[in-house]
Amino acid sequence: MSKNFKLISIVLFTLFSFFILLKGLDKSNIYSPEIEQRKINFNFKAKYLFSEEEVFINELLNNDGMSLINIWASWCLPCRDEHAYLLNLKSLNKLNIIGINYKDDEKNAKQFLSELGNPYTNIITDPKGINSIELGAFGVPESYLIDNKSKLILQKHIGPLDDKAFAKLIKIIQ
Amino acid sequence: MKKLKIIIKLIIIFLFLQNYSLAETSQEVDEISKNLRCLICQGQSVYDSQSDFALSMKILIQNKIDEGKNDEQIYEYLKAKYGEWIVYDPEINKKTILLWVLPLILFVFGGILILRKVSIK
Repeated sequence: MSKNFKLISIVLFTLFSFFILLKGLDKSNIYSPEIEQRKINFNFKAKYLFSEEEVFINELLNNDGMSLINIWASWCLPCRDEHAYLLNLKSLNKLNIIGINYKDDEKNAKQFLSELGNPYTNIITDPKGINSIELGAFGVPESYLIDNKSKLILQKHIGPLDDKAFAKLIKIIQ
Repeated sequence: MKKLKIIIKLIIIFLFLQNYSLAETSQEVDEISKNLRCLICQGQSVYDSQSDFALSMKILIQNKIDEGKNDEQIYEYLKAKYGEWIVYDPEINKKTILLWVLPLILFVFGGILILRKVSIK
């Protein structure tokens, strides 16, 4: 009796562990934090890509509408893919699109834009990647939809924009 | 020949000195970054990682130290941005209570088992 009990419990335990691990395989291992701080302190300075002047991000978010902050780099391949979406968003004429050029060579960045088009209203540079961390970013590409008045993040998208993310953005904007 | 030896020795000493000074400046950053999880390269700390994210993070930590922030303030700052997951030291709250209490329970349970065995004998 006790031998049977041992055997059964071992088998059950093995099965239990097996299914837990099997389920774990399906789970995405990309960690994305719940944004605790939905309000970002935009009070930091950065240099423009197209001039030597510096600007506070706050000053770029000064009209009444919404802004899209997009972190990109010319060396980032997924950024090429999402560029069409950004141009599309620009053509709607409803968003103030701010680009943050992440750890990039300025020459390459400018070439990237002249090649694919420039969707951005303003572009600031982030040569050391620090400004992106101020925003709570992981890397490139990443996009934040921000309400200019309240400075709240309405929508955050990690990775290149796709049809699904684009549809979501459009829904919020309209 | 003798001169050459001295020169070589001097070069070696010089190299060591430089290494030492490099380690010195970033020691505080090392301390802090060892306690931070690199979020895009899981299984590594920010200290271990050479990813873009981790490199920027180290620069940022250095900047914050230069601004006069202490360890605690830097951890708080990063937690607010990236959530609690970024630090290796989990806080005690509803979600982590089991994590903290389970070892204690197991310890007590094990102790009881051992005591029973001993007293039976």
